[in-house]
Amino acid sequence: MSLLTTTPVGAGQSGQPLRRVPPAPRVRRIRADILGLLPFASYLLLFLAVPTVLAVGSGFFDSNGGFTLDNVAALAEPVIVATFANSIGLSLLTAVLGAVLGALLCYALLGFRADGSVRATVAALSGVLAQFGGVMLAFAFVATIGLQGLVTVWLRESWGIDIFAEGAWIYGLPGLVLPYIYFQVPLMVITFMPALTALKGTWVEATLTLGGTRAAFWRRVAFPVLAPSFLASFLLLFANAFSSYATAAALASQGSQIVPLQIRAALTSETVLGRENLAGALALGMIVVMGLVMWAYAVVQGRAARWQK
Amino acid sequence: MTGAVRERPPALAPGAVGSRVIVWMIGLLFAIPLVSMAEFTLRDGDGGHSLVHWFALFDPANRASYSPIWIGLGNSLVLCIGAAAIVLLLVLPTMVLIALRFPRLRRPFEFLCLLPISIPAIVLVVGLAPVYLVIGRTIGTGIWPLSLAYGITVLPYAYRAIQANIDAVDIATLAEAARSLGAGWGTVLLRVLAPNLRTGILASLLIAVAVVLGEFTIASLLNRPNLQTALFVVNKQDPYVAVILSLLALGFAFALLLVIDRTASIGVRRGTRPPTSAEKVTP
Repeated sequence: MSLLTTTPVGAGQSGQPLRRVPPAPRVRRIRADILGLLPFASYLLLFLAVPTVLAVGSGFFDSNGGFTLDNVAALAEPVIVATFANSIGLSLLTAVLGAVLGALLCYALLGFRADGSVRATVAALSGVLAQFGGVMLAFAFVATIGLQGLVTVWLRESWGIDIFAEGAWIYGLPGLVLPYIYFQVPLMVITFMPALTALKGTWVEATLTLGGTRAAFWRRVAFPVLAPSFLASFLLLFANAFSSYATAAALASQGSQIVPLQIRAALTSETVLGRENLAGALALGMIVVMGLVMWAYAVVQGRAARWQK
Repeated sequence: MTGAVRERPPALAPGAVGSRVIVWMIGLLFAIPLVSMAEFTLRDGDGGHSLVHWFALFDPANRASYSPIWIGLGNSLVLCIGAAAIVLLLVLPTMVLIALRFPRLRRPFEFLCLLPISIPAIVLVVGLAPVYLVIGRTIGTGIWPLSLAYGITVLPYAYRAIQANIDAVDIATLAEAARSLGAGWGTVLLRVLAPNLRTGILASLLIAVAVVLGEFTIASLLNRPNLQTALFVVNKQDPYVAVILSLLALGFAFALLLVIDRTASIGVRRGTRPPTSAEKVTP
């Protein structure tokens, strides 16, 4: 006890000096636990935070490392504005078509057993086409509607229709629409199916016993419940198309019509519009658009999640 | 999603005929590009069809011209192992630690893990270029460091697969029970938690493999050859072999995801239900 009296905080006066001992190993334990978080934290810092900051920040510097707004100002150049408009237009169009077709497919899948092989096959196929396609989707569409594609040749020889009478649009912006829909519909199935299966059969029964009709159920119950989920899935589809690169890189050979291809041009040939770090400014522009979309997604998803518990 | 395994009154779903018609129509439309790919690989050049391009794949005479593909495939397999190692040795232990010791950090941690979805790979690559310039000077320009970048790409999918499993089995109670019975932390991790989380772990590894095998953007712009960039290069000299290998790769990924779905449904029967592949890829 004589040792304890030397502690300056007056531990001896409290009359229960031993109470102070147990917290020590606990503090050490928590410190050790925090050390356990360090490897992952430093990994995220090095390979997520640093690249993102570098990507977005590099647009503000010139080749000598001096601060400049020149690159960011380039975002207002007509060429770049047109590229962003192309990207946003393509993403909107394919997201709308993908969302509608995908929702229709989800609805039809309700008619099959939840643990049956049809749903399992569609789920796996959707995963492949939504996540895995990339370059290979470009090959698929060249084989289908390319200059010598199966469908092109069939239309030309059987029906006398030349789909390229107006030029080889498959290698330009319009050529991206079909391949994009091809990965948007599966993504819609993946994201919207959980919302649709969360609709409870008892809600139909409740509507019917209260004197409603099936149409009234869809209009007054299912639609309001599903609308946030549908909108959230649509936003995700938009973000997916907007950030997609591989299919366009493999397919579009005429110029850089969408932002990711413009970034490629800026990265590989160093100067676009006579500017050194334009890739950074374009990356910043993409992040701003993506940030807005994902923010809207979070808001809408918060509403949608209410009905999926 | 618990409603998925419940009996569903027929009133909600479309009629049997209607649902079959819609699924078959969309299925047929989506089959056209795949059928076109298959037909393309069978063209023999004189307007006829044969298996000549499939045999050419294994012809020793073509070994030199196809070598980028085998190099790319080898690199992609190295990257798969690297990404799987990151999931197993870095992501999984951190998730267990958060669940057991820092439950309050769960939301911020989830946010960080899902963040890569909102950052397009093409944006990430702009910032990764200087990082890999440094890596190239210090560690070397080998292929394996690229798996560190792929770990980030895979992170959201791996997180969702494992977290769903963690939520389903209440690992805090399991760990406490094992500890109070005298088990050390090594035993808790390897003999109590790992077996309980195996479906989530397996699903996260399979999805990591699928994502890495399909990755093109980062590898292409950092000039590190993988399967996809090799297909892209070979397509310019010999489109037939590129399309053949694409078909095989798509089939392989399909099989992988079907396995994920099966493991998930095994989980249903045992009562610890990890998500279906569909939920896993939902950000």
